[in-house]
Amino acid sequence: MSALSASTAGTAAVPVPEATAPARGEGRPTPWWGMVCLIMTESTLFAGLIGSYFFLRASSKVWPPPGIEEPKVMLALIFSFVLWGSSIPMLIAERGIKRGRQRSLRFGLMAAWIMGAAFVLYSLYDFHELHYGWRDNAYSSIFYTTVGLHTFHVFVGLVMSVVVQIKAWLGKFSEERHVTVQVYAMYWHFVDAVWLFVMPVFILSPHIK
Amino acid sequence: MAVTDAPSHDTHGELDAEELEEIWADAPGVPGFFSTVDHKRIGMRYIYTAFFFFFVSGIMALVMRSQLAAPNNHVVGPETYNQLMTIHGTTMIFLFNTPVLAGFGNYILPLQLGTRDMAFPRLNAFSYWIFVLSGIFFFASFLIGKAPDGGWFGYVPLTDKAFSPGINLDFWGLAIVFVGISTTVGAVNFIVTTFKMRAPGMTINRVPIFVWSILSMAFMVLFAVPAVTLAAGLLELDRLFGTAFVNPHLGGSVLLYQHLFWFWGHPEVYILFVPATGMISMIIPVMARRPLAAYLWVATALIAVAFISFGVWVHHMFATGMPVQAMSFFSAVSLIIVLPSGVQFFAWIATMWKGRVRFTTPMLFGIGFLLIFLLGGITGAMLAVMPFNWQVTDSYFIVAHFHYVLNGAVVFPIFGAIYFWYPKMSGRRLSERWGHISFWLMFVGFNLAFFGMHILGFLGMPRRIATYPSGLGWDDLNLISTIGGFIFAVGTGVTLLNWFHARWWGQPAGDNPWDADSLEWATTSPPPEYNFASIPVVASRHPLWDQRPLPTASSTGDEATKSLGPEGAEHHETPETTGLDARPQGTLDLPHPTYLPFLLACGIAVFFVGLLIKAVLVGVIGAAVLVVALTWWTWRTEVDLA
Repeated sequence: MSALSASTAGTAAVPVPEATAPARGEGRPTPWWGMVCLIMTESTLFAGLIGSYFFLRASSKVWPPPGIEEPKVMLALIFSFVLWGSSIPMLIAERGIKRGRQRSLRFGLMAAWIMGAAFVLYSLYDFHELHYGWRDNAYSSIFYTTVGLHTFHVFVGLVMSVVVQIKAWLGKFSEERHVTVQVYAMYWHFVDAVWLFVMPVFILSPHIK
Repeated sequence: MAVTDAPSHDTHGELDAEELEEIWADAPGVPGFFSTVDHKRIGMRYIYTAFFFFFVSGIMALVMRSQLAAPNNHVVGPETYNQLMTIHGTTMIFLFNTPVLAGFGNYILPLQLGTRDMAFPRLNAFSYWIFVLSGIFFFASFLIGKAPDGGWFGYVPLTDKAFSPGINLDFWGLAIVFVGISTTVGAVNFIVTTFKMRAPGMTINRVPIFVWSILSMAFMVLFAVPAVTLAAGLLELDRLFGTAFVNPHLGGSVLLYQHLFWFWGHPEVYILFVPATGMISMIIPVMARRPLAAYLWVATALIAVAFISFGVWVHHMFATGMPVQAMSFFSAVSLIIVLPSGVQFFAWIATMWKGRVRFTTPMLFGIGFLLIFLLGGITGAMLAVMPFNWQVTDSYFIVAHFHYVLNGAVVFPIFGAIYFWYPKMSGRRLSERWGHISFWLMFVGFNLAFFGMHILGFLGMPRRIATYPSGLGWDDLNLISTIGGFIFAVGTGVTLLNWFHARWWGQPAGDNPWDADSLEWATTSPPPEYNFASIPVVASRHPLWDQRPLPTASSTGDEATKSLGPEGAEHHETPETTGLDARPQGTLDLPHPTYLPFLLACGIAVFFVGLLIKAVLVGVIGAAVLVVALTWWTWRTEVDLA
């Protein structure tokens, strides 16, 4: 006990002891709540872009506009599943460190990183192969911007992962201390989830006439 | 037992307070200035910085009123007028109203919740640095004589590269995106703090109404700000990189811009207005000396407004030619949103009616607010009706309406809040006598300045004009409006001088000068860095009225309760409590002062400058600083936060 509590004067009535009785369970850490809020606002950003896509589509007669090829589906589908699949090793990493398993954490993070990197490479390749630029018309602008913004989010996830992985390999995380992993994994799942909406709208829906 | 009944600030002796002070204090001088994460210092800075912008932007308004005082006037030319108009609107919305309310939230919220800081103190510092840097970024345009001139709403095609080729509009578009980061980060902080940091016993139905209002505001920010980020962001992509979002020749749409802008724009009105009503709901009960009537209804109204505010934006676009069915929906919702505001209004009236009102300066501003908001609310309901809206759209009636709402119904509560809370912030009282004078000057000046604008609107005077010919019957009303504007300005100046006097020579305030009910008044004025040595234990909606003396908790060996007592303050910790019933759940290590937030904000600022001048190297440097700062931050997380 510190000297401070000794000076606590006049300990008398105990009006509401139940108010200070600890709650059961640990609850979510505050960074978890912070990430939930960030995900809410980022989701709104992507929802706005998807809304803008349909707004622009509704105000034009032909979609995609003449001279623009439709997005290629096959390759996109394959790499979409690679990205979505990367949530599985991420889950393994999260679950692992909650039980103190350093190996699950390290290899889970690494596997998710490789799958994410494969997706980013595919995206860059896909942009490279397009025969139109983002200045050509509203379709190309919204396509490049939205898909590009999502790819950028995956890329940011890869950069953050490097920091998290270095910390993991240095053994900075444990059963008790792993809030970085937990919050980082949420971000990763969020980026995967966004693609569940962006991919069908931007890659598949132009084929619907 | 974990509870004692000693008042919080008496739980330690003189020497102990000094010891705690040492643990919590910032480094003196410049290092402390750039590294502080104390919510109170940050809150004060928010308020001072925002008021700086308020007075600068107010002077611009006076120049505009001087220009409009007489027909065919030549105080400023039309180019300058457009710049003043744009800076005035943008500054008042983005750099005064929004951040000054965030400043009060920052200062007051943790104290009202009975905790030692915000949930994310470093993010809090970061959001301030972003705010001030984006403000400097925006005002740099004015200093180099290239101020934006497309109106605060930046409508395309006027703001397209084709019609506004200069760098002027880029300052505007980028500043909007830039300052949005600050607002969003602040909102996240408010939400998590409200749900996870309340004093034990402060169940969700005992939270002060001001906290409810900040919470409602923060949720609106999360869902509204992305829309304006998109509006200004897509416009800037068009302007800087030649994309085609708002270019109709290439399939873009100018209406898309308006939809995105107003999808944020109308919730933004409530983002400003709701915390202002929260302030009023704190001031009126204290000055009427009784609890707020219909607490539950008022709290519900604040949350209801947050939802409904997302369904009204099209009433800003009734004149753009949309299907009538769509517009009817938005017209109906715009009428419905009157209801929650009405609920609050009657709650305030009932509180005063059943209480014994003290006509102090904060109360005068509260009553002035009620009268002004009544008028602004009525004209708001009128504007929700399509045929009326078509008649007065783009006329001075609109200018009158939104100044009644955004100036009267937001600035009056803010001035009331200054008089109400400044004694807590500084330990010194503002002069009541000069406060009364300031209020009456502001109230009379305000109504002189803006009431006549309703009539000018009916007489057909369009808004956004730099001058007008004589003989249209507009001359007298414009002159009266200008005189009123100057009287209003003198009124705000009186408060500025009052602050200046009180800052150095004001009467000592004591802990609770108004005999108020919420927890910020339980600690000293100004509060110590750690707010509360021992965390208070709450058993009422009005702890300082119902719990005399206020009981405070002491630490036990348990992980969840070890930071409740002075040991928590000693270890630089604060308790974490459950979201609804505020039971102790854990202990948060509060971060120590750090330069990281400032560094990160600087990186972002450099990046935006790079975009502005289209210098790839500058942008890359900014991004590099950003990555380094973020990496460092992530690296430190397990070290600083267990």
